[in-house]
Amino acid sequence: MTKAPDGSNDNTRAAPVASLARVGLSYGKTRALDDVSLDIPPGIMVGLIGPDGVGKSSLLSLIAGARAVQQGRVEVLGGDIADTKHRNLTCPRIAYMPQGLGKNLYPTLSVFENIDFFGRLFGQDRQERQRRIDDLLERTGLAPFPDRPAGKLSGGMKQKVGLCCALIHDPDLLILDEPTTGVDPLSRRQFWELIDDIRGERPGMSVIVATAYMEEAERFDWLVAMDAGRVLATGTPAELLSRTGAANLDAAFVALLPEERRQGHHEVVIPPRPDKGETEFAIEAEHVTMRFGDFTAVDNVSFQIPRGEIFGFLGSNGCGKTTTMKMLTGLLAASEGTAKLFGHEVDPNDIEVRRKVGYMSQAFSLYSELTVRQNLDLHARLFNLPPDTIPARIADMAARFDLKAIMDALPDALPLGIRQRLSLAVAMIHAPDILILDEPTSGVDPVARDGFWQILSDLSRNDGVTIFVSTHFMNEAELCDRISLMHAGKVLVSDTPKGIVEQKSAASLEEAFITYLEEAIGKQSPPASPRPTQREEADGAVAPPTAPSATRRAFDPRRMLAYTQREALELRRDPIRATLAILGSVILMFVIGYGINMDVENLSFAVLDRDDTTISRDYTLQIAGSRYFTEKAPITDYNDLDRRMSNGELSLALEIPPGFGRDVSRGKSVEIGAWIDGASPSRAETVRGYVQGMHQTWLTQKARELYGGAATVGQFQIALRYRYNPGVDSLIAMVPAVIPLLLMLIPSMLAVLSVVREKELGSIVNFYVTPVTRFEFILGKQLPYVALAMLNFVMLTAFAVIVFGVPLTGSFLTLALAALLYVVTATGIGLLISSFISSQIAAIFGTALITLIPAVQYSGIIDPVSSLQGMGAYIGQIYPATYFVTIARGTFSKALGFNDLAASFIPLLIAIPVLTGMTVAFLKKQAA
Amino acid sequence: MRLANIIQLGVKELRGLARDPMLAVLIVYAFTLSIYTASTAMPETLNNAAIAVVDEDQSPVSSRILTAFYPPYFSIPKIISQHEMDRRMDSGLDTFALDIPPNFQRDLLAGKAPTIQLNVDATRMTQAFSGGGYVQSIVSGEVSEYLNRYRGNTTVPVDLALRSRFNPSLDKGWFGAINNVISSITMLSIVLTGAALIREREHGTIEHLLVMPITPTEIMISKIWSMGLVVLVASTVSLVFIVQGLLKVPIQGSLILFFAGTVLQLFATTSLGIFLATIAGSMPQFGLLLMLTLLPLRVLSGGVTPRESMPQIIQDIMLAAPDTHFVILAQAILFRGAGLDVVWPQFLALLIIGVVLFAFSLHRFRQFLR
Repeated sequence: MTKAPDGSNDNTRAAPVASLARVGLSYGKTRALDDVSLDIPPGIMVGLIGPDGVGKSSLLSLIAGARAVQQGRVEVLGGDIADTKHRNLTCPRIAYMPQGLGKNLYPTLSVFENIDFFGRLFGQDRQERQRRIDDLLERTGLAPFPDRPAGKLSGGMKQKVGLCCALIHDPDLLILDEPTTGVDPLSRRQFWELIDDIRGERPGMSVIVATAYMEEAERFDWLVAMDAGRVLATGTPAELLSRTGAANLDAAFVALLPEERRQGHHEVVIPPRPDKGETEFAIEAEHVTMRFGDFTAVDNVSFQIPRGEIFGFLGSNGCGKTTTMKMLTGLLAASEGTAKLFGHEVDPNDIEVRRKVGYMSQAFSLYSELTVRQNLDLHARLFNLPPDTIPARIADMAARFDLKAIMDALPDALPLGIRQRLSLAVAMIHAPDILILDEPTSGVDPVARDGFWQILSDLSRNDGVTIFVSTHFMNEAELCDRISLMHAGKVLVSDTPKGIVEQKSAASLEEAFITYLEEAIGKQSPPASPRPTQREEADGAVAPPTAPSATRRAFDPRRMLAYTQREALELRRDPIRATLAILGSVILMFVIGYGINMDVENLSFAVLDRDDTTISRDYTLQIAGSRYFTEKAPITDYNDLDRRMSNGELSLALEIPPGFGRDVSRGKSVEIGAWIDGASPSRAETVRGYVQGMHQTWLTQKARELYGGAATVGQFQIALRYRYNPGVDSLIAMVPAVIPLLLMLIPSMLAVLSVVREKELGSIVNFYVTPVTRFEFILGKQLPYVALAMLNFVMLTAFAVIVFGVPLTGSFLTLALAALLYVVTATGIGLLISSFISSQIAAIFGTALITLIPAVQYSGIIDPVSSLQGMGAYIGQIYPATYFVTIARGTFSKALGFNDLAASFIPLLIAIPVLTGMTVAFLKKQAA
Repeated sequence: MRLANIIQLGVKELRGLARDPMLAVLIVYAFTLSIYTASTAMPETLNNAAIAVVDEDQSPVSSRILTAFYPPYFSIPKIISQHEMDRRMDSGLDTFALDIPPNFQRDLLAGKAPTIQLNVDATRMTQAFSGGGYVQSIVSGEVSEYLNRYRGNTTVPVDLALRSRFNPSLDKGWFGAINNVISSITMLSIVLTGAALIREREHGTIEHLLVMPITPTEIMISKIWSMGLVVLVASTVSLVFIVQGLLKVPIQGSLILFFAGTVLQLFATTSLGIFLATIAGSMPQFGLLLMLTLLPLRVLSGGVTPRESMPQIIQDIMLAAPDTHFVILAQAILFRGAGLDVVWPQFLALLIIGVVLFAFSLHRFRQFLR
């Protein structure tokens, strides 16, 4: 493509767009950047080239402000990026697109919604957003699919959406981290055309790109070659070429490497396959078709691959390559047709077939929690290699794939290229006859890729391994014995690379490939055609860009609402979540309200009656006749008593001594023995209360019988009034307490996962690099869950009153207001947890631990807070549920209004700013 | 099914766990500090129950009654006026309010059988019942002692010697400690297996396993044994060092028998975790399902409130939950020193529940993998 109009001639004069001085960065023990000093000229397109793991991404994330500066000084757009104030001012002028296909997009949101979200983050109003999005979609050729969920887009389209998101606010500095890795050649070409086009329009814009494709690097204005955390060389591509005397950038880069890194590198040449005239086919596909619903992913595909051949599979993203491979491995069962390996039909349940196949999936799918050695060892064992041969085999693999130095490292700490080598080593550990490799070199640097293909060549030619490989790299496709081009589920052509080029009489395989694809697409609305008019319109309208103004408001409701709206959309796209939250809690309220009851009935008891007189039987009858106790067979002796108590059969055992009746009549002191099962203390207490009460009643009765009127002196009654719940009805007592419980557990769980999920899946970077503040982020995330929880509250209250007949005697408004404050604290607790936890498992466990236990035990639902002790009492006093339980019980059962309960509102009102403040303090606005 | 595969895959799970320090911290917290706090927070019998007295009599008897309430069972009674009583009870300050009417002593001695009113806040269910009984017997005791000076022996001299077996002082902390160990066991085992399975799917590693010569059964058993082992070790440490050591809860029965029961419980709950993971589409859904499962397991298994007091239908439904049997088993073994001859029905029930859950989860798991 054409170079930017203002080219490289004036870049030396202008102030650098970014300037790094002695910058260092470490992740734990790994040194990512080491003493990097660099001035990046403005207004041009700068390329960062170098192998994987040399610190390109780290450098870009530092410049974008996504990662905190550890050592040295990074100046971007005329200020220190480590300075929060400067970062706040400049971040609306920077756009950052992280590595990974659609990494910062939200898969359930549509194309339009994703871009719209970014527009809101940059504070644009509706009209402006609409205009910009229309324009961007038009230019990127995405206009026909504004409503398609981002998760369902092909890789190339995802990257285009990502670019739209980055360009929505007219940045002065555009940072792209390997934007075209894993993208097919056609989409790649369109992507760069788009960038050139936009630069033509905004000549002042600086672009910094990291790339693994050297042919792309050739079109950049200025290059930075990096290796091992250091800058090797800088200059225009022409300068680099002339300095090294190399013919192309690939060679130039290799020449720039230090001596020891260069060693052993040579261009891959795969010897021709010896034609043994074999007819044995290793892989055969016969009219294989795969449908998902009404979508045909693979449509009537057939091919035959003889043993020992390297068979390449090319095609745009999402054309069905991966699906085809999965059918060959047995991961998916074909809808129609048959797939055969060595003449046997692939049977997903046939374990033996799997031993013959090594499969490497597109995404890294090894265990990141195991070291390199552990991963190899695990797979060797799972493939049932004899244990004594395993160490040798691992050593062999380590040597072959050059993994020796990193055997005890964790995969996450390794550069992509090395991880891919590890994946290949794992796929080969059991010496399979067939290797099925799905884009094994995606994102791998040129040197490593050459090494990789050398290994494939050796395997194929020396060991007779059949290799079925998909790739986006044309120079790799040229190395294959034969290749197939696939598009939209169909195979377009299968031939030798040379044959394909000749058929289209094209200059290169890439050109032939694109010709095939364009024919297949049928020239449907090439994205370029409507552009010129569009641009003129846009130019007229955009003229003074409104967004990146120097003043930045500390709190912008629009940015906050961007997160609110995004979160709400995601909730709406996942109706199961909302349904679970609301219906589940209603069911739970019923089950628990109905199930918890402190009034113990039907307790089993038995008597060891050694007296057996009318009086002793009268005593027993007193207890047996109450509704609380059920009499069991009499106890025969102490052994019987012991046995029946220890197996839990009896909750109460009574022993009436011999001569009881006689002694009572004579007024002689006598003692009845009673044993209560104390294993469950709360039940034992209730039993004790009952027994003592009945004992007293019996005594009074007896006294009247024995002494007549004299006994009435000193008689008095205690009138017991159970207030608020005269029937001591469990549902009435429990429902007002269960509502606080449920409104704590569910909103906090939803809130914590909403943030931790972004952390685990990577979209948190949007928060790092856009102007949204921590406070706006937290509040924006919180609002939809507060709304959901309030809906939940209304449902629960309605069910309590209408279905369960629990009267709401007090002020509903007071209850609702308290509920609102309470759910804000509940979601606030969730967000606070999320601010320091980054894995979803730990988040779920932590939230369950921090909400369930205090809410059930320390907030007065079962034991009043006033009688708790120690830490528990302290937790109970500060836990918000305590106060909402008081308010809920007050309004439901005690007919209270706001004035009576005002005191319980205060702790809730205090909790909200405290929780939010702590979350703001703990949440990091940059990656550590 | 190959044993070696199961072992290898399980070891992998354990290694993975060791790489999440935050999770390790939470596990340690759940089995130590959380248990300790819960156990020491539990009020012993009636602890510090808030009581207020309206003394309209101001007589020797009424002051005698007043001084009979003291900690630890009750708070020092607040002397309040009658019109304060309603307000204080409304705002939840007092659980009990005793109203001694004017001329109580005079009427008492005149044989007019006066009435003392005891107001109980019935929304505080635990204290309402047992506390009500206590207040009654304390008042009766004080009144009759007072009267003994005024009259001949007109009472029936029958004493009730009440003793609690297995937990003489009815220390709720004992029960609370064990109960919290049980709920941590359930919570952790479900989270570890379930969330780990969803994570494998979200990170694409489950697919990777499927191209290897291993069966779904092997994958599932490996998860069960490894995660079960973690929980078993954590609960052993917790029971021996925290419950027995620090909290000094006397354990009557055989710990070995209890841990055998724990193994069965873990078999059931880890299977349940896998089951939940197969029906939840994503981590947030799993989180919700988890809450919806854990809450009833915790509240209705008999650990928090007695099973007998639940409606029959709930009791019957909860028989299908492993926790119900595990609570019964734990109480019987740990407190009452019961042996296998006593608790075998619970062992059997846990085994059956475990097998059913396992079979069901395995079926779901196979579909989940498709």
